Amino acid sequence: MIPNAFDVGQARRRCLDWRRRILEVSQQVTALHVAPAFSCIEMVDAIYFGLMRKDAAGALRDGFVMSKGHGVMAQYVVLEALGILERQDLDEYCTAKGRLGAHPDYGNPGIEASTGSLGHGLGLACGMAYADRIQGTDRMTYCILGDGEMQEGSIWEAIMMAPNLGLSNLVAFVDFNDFQGLGRTRETHPHFYPVAEKVESFGWEAIDLDGHDSAGVVDAVRNRKGGRPLMVVGRTVKGKGVSYMENVAIWHYRSPNKDEYVQALAELAAAAAEIPA
Amino acid sequence: MRNTFADTFYEAGKHDRRLAVVVADISPAGSIAKFREDFPDRFINTGVAEQVMIGLAAGMAQRGMRPFAYTIATFTLFRPYEMIRDDLCYQNLPVTVVGIGGGVTYSTLGATHHAQEDIALACGLPNMAVIAPCDPLEAKAATLWCTTQTRGPVYLRLAKAGEPVLTETAAEPWEFGKLRTLQRGRDVAIIAYGPIMKMAMEVARNLEASGKSVSVFSCHTVKPLDRPGIEAALRDHAQVVVIEETAPNGALGMQVKAIAWEIRAGCRLDTFALDDAFHHVYGSHDELLAVHGLSASAILAGIA
Ligand SMILES: Cc1ncc(C[n+]2csc(CCOP(=O)(O)OP(=O)(O)O)c2C)c(N)n1
Ligand SMILES: [Mg+2]
Repeated sequence: MIPNAFDVGQARRRCLDWRRRILEVSQQVTALHVAPAFSCIEMVDAIYFGLMRKDAAGALRDGFVMSKGHGVMAQYVVLEALGILERQDLDEYCTAKGRLGAHPDYGNPGIEASTGSLGHGLGLACGMAYADRIQGTDRMTYCILGDGEMQEGSIWEAIMMAPNLGLSNLVAFVDFNDFQGLGRTRETHPHFYPVAEKVESFGWEAIDLDGHDSAGVVDAVRNRKGGRPLMVVGRTVKGKGVSYMENVAIWHYRSPNKDEYVQALAELAAAAAEIPA
Repeated sequence: MRNTFADTFYEAGKHDRRLAVVVADISPAGSIAKFREDFPDRFINTGVAEQVMIGLAAGMAQRGMRPFAYTIATFTLFRPYEMIRDDLCYQNLPVTVVGIGGGVTYSTLGATHHAQEDIALACGLPNMAVIAPCDPLEAKAATLWCTTQTRGPVYLRLAKAGEPVLTETAAEPWEFGKLRTLQRGRDVAIIAYGPIMKMAMEVARNLEASGKSVSVFSCHTVKPLDRPGIEAALRDHAQVVVIEETAPNGALGMQVKAIAWEIRAGCRLDTFALDDAFHHVYGSHDELLAVHGLSASAILAGIA
């Protein structure tokens, strides 16, 4: 096993910070996708801090595509902390003078694909990974998908394609929170499961794990068998980290009011106090 | 508008068992949620899967039903475009494809959620009718028409919620395929459709304040276009202005210009539409429209 230099305590602290910052931004606008961001935060953190490599100048060498584009707040706050986006960018989120919208826009710093319409990111990620492979570029491409998004036919076209192209440099993560726009994913499509086995049967390697266990995610990807594209099915809770948002559908697209905001901050502070020094 | 659609559909659906709704993971507004509870067989949610939403609706129509496919305009029209073309239009089936948030309504969500080119794309399809009501009252009339019509596929372009009522005192009732006179004047004719009618009215008020007599027409049925109605507007006014919230290529403005050329119209004609561009701007709906050059002041300056 490759030793894991990923510090679990630091990861937990960072993820609380990401949530705090997202809540802060939520107070500037009438609505944003808080719960979809919270559910994939540990996976985004694990990708940026545990998996992506940097070049000598400190720039990220690996690629990232947020296919569930409405979860992009999770990426914005990380890019801000890495200095790729500026504080002003988030302060001007969804305003006419700013450059960040509610979905990722290719051309903004750190954003590699314009997503927001579900079912596009995996195909794009396959194309990037294939070009890297035939051009001899040593780069990994990481991609985050929603479990509702997995219902798009285009996702399965990309799943079918990736092994044909020998994309061992592609790792996709499913934010498996069992929610989509209109309620529970298991109620919308009860016969859709199990997902990991389905993806495996298309020629991928697949791992099913706890999507909030950052270290577990990093370990699983680092110690994959390899030679094939990898799908990490990360079991998550939509709205993770704030009690009243967890598994409550309305938080898909909504800003907390002042009282809710204060309560959320208090819960995050209590969680931070529990992290061993 | 969304809620007016839902209420109207619910009432019609109570009495007509051929009516059904197929959505793709979109929270059904208002009465559609009630429709789902009362008539679960006639409410289908395909999940995040728009192609099969259209396929299902088409198949149900082939068995005599009258389905409405319903989601955000980009996902209802762009994503399953070929299914709409082949399954609905080629087979000429009476299915209503409802697009919520036409134009750049969802301003902060970016171009993936902007149905900028929806009018041209929908009008480009043989057999397709294209209806874009300007306010909740027109949305109600249009929805009612869609629930009973037998002519073929319809793209019903709605906005979202909170649009003001603009046609309470309209000079004429809503009629499918007919240019609707909202107010009759002598000097300038303004032709618009959809919620940007509010801006068109503002332009009209300003022109009136400067002493002009203004006609305002709602071109709610963009296809089939009321050609005689457009010809009359071009002939009866010295100045005609077309205002629409959609990309310019293939939209109403170009069609009106073509008609004006064909009839050798002598009026001045100015057309205003969204730019043929993706503007990477994320402010309010009005702010985004202004970036596209659509504001009452910009239009007034352009027609002065
Ligand atoms: C093609 C397409 N159809 C519909 C939507 C509207 N939409 C936005 S988020 C969402 C639900 C997504 O659920 P999931 O992928 O599970 O994401 P999460 O639960 O993480 O929010 C839907 C239907 C969309 N963005 N794109
Ligand atoms: Mg989900």
